[in-house]
Amino acid sequence: MMSYVQSLGSWGLATLRDYGRAGILLSRVVFAVPNVRKGFPLVLQQVYAEGVQSLLIIVVSSLFIGMVVALQGYHTLAKFGASQELGPLVALSVARELGPVVTALLFAGRAGSALTAEIGLMKATDQLSSMEMMAVDPMRKVIAPRLWGGFISMPLLTMIFNAVAIYGAYLVGVKWLGLDAGAFWSNMQASVEFHSDIVNGLLKSLVFGFVVTWIAVYQGYDAVPTSAGIAKSTTRSVVYSSLAVLGLDFVLTAMMIGGW
Amino acid sequence: MISERMVESVVGLFLIAAMGAMLVLAFKVSGLTSFFKPEGYMVTAQFDDIGQLKTRAAVKIGGVTVGEVAGIKLDPVTFKAVVKIQINSRVKDIPVDSTATILTAGLLGDNYIEITPMYSSEFLKEGSEITETHSAMILERLIGQFMYKVGGGSNSDSSTPSNNANAEPKKEGVTQ
Repeated sequence: MMSYVQSLGSWGLATLRDYGRAGILLSRVVFAVPNVRKGFPLVLQQVYAEGVQSLLIIVVSSLFIGMVVALQGYHTLAKFGASQELGPLVALSVARELGPVVTALLFAGRAGSALTAEIGLMKATDQLSSMEMMAVDPMRKVIAPRLWGGFISMPLLTMIFNAVAIYGAYLVGVKWLGLDAGAFWSNMQASVEFHSDIVNGLLKSLVFGFVVTWIAVYQGYDAVPTSAGIAKSTTRSVVYSSLAVLGLDFVLTAMMIGGW
Repeated sequence: MISERMVESVVGLFLIAAMGAMLVLAFKVSGLTSFFKPEGYMVTAQFDDIGQLKTRAAVKIGGVTVGEVAGIKLDPVTFKAVVKIQINSRVKDIPVDSTATILTAGLLGDNYIEITPMYSSEFLKEGSEITETHSAMILERLIGQFMYKVGGGSNSDSSTPSNNANAEPKKEGVTQ
């Protein structure tokens, strides 16, 4: 009996220690004095690795998501004779929810896992400690650029996701199912509002980008330096960031819903 | 390994693509015409009942949108709804005796305000009030009134004898 209580206690302490280490990692990155001249090319490199290279999966999946939402929505709306409202349906669901959330999930799978594996392997092959021995701060050289790169890339990817998804809906709704193009766009413009819908969606994606890269970087930095440890960390990175994204999405939506 | 130059230009293209997507979202999807509040002047109108009218609802003259509802609040003394209406500055010279009516777009659509111009030579300006207003038609109330009329017509026939029946005992009471 007592041993169960003890194991619960040790689990609790280990979890708290985990959170604490993650917080220390974050504060060391965020509150470091930035070196713009040296740091900027490194961040650029990471925007390329995390943002540009995720572009293909984002564009393809957003096109198909927009198309399938339009197809599903059209058949349901047509039952009520409201197929003219397809534009608002797609634009609102994409800008408010699907855009930020699906981009974050794809980003966690595509870029977050790569970050964790890369940093974990750097740790396992003692690259991080050898950097320290050469008086190069691995926080500055490795961790910070990756964190800022993900933080910058996520909202940009979400913007592209939203625009492409709405274009996909336009292809299905107007070009295939034969809705009127003018009604499609003007109904959309009448019900989508820039600040409360699109900017709030981008705020969400900013938070998601921050959380996903933070979790990915921390899991890599904290990985057990063996091949099994890296595998475990990579899995954990994807699972935790997906759960965090979905949970935070609910919280953020509940906070923003007053404006809708 | 790609050269630094290549990375920079590809990231630049990525940024341009994202900004382009943002512009599409802003102007094509949300119909944002300017980042600032459109210029215009505020007038107020008091309604007994605004129904489902919301802020940002359209204000129209002859079906053409000329402004939007900027705010709705309750007058604490008269318990009427005070609606602040913003009218575009290019729509000038709306006569001061015009009427404001709350209408519904379609059967189930949103409410909007229709201003019907009248013939005064004085015009609405910043801060003036539209005094002639018609409240929103509320479907339940309409049905209620209809039922009352239909039901009331047959009731009044049947109620007259019952009234008499009620009156008779009273009379008896008086006579006793």
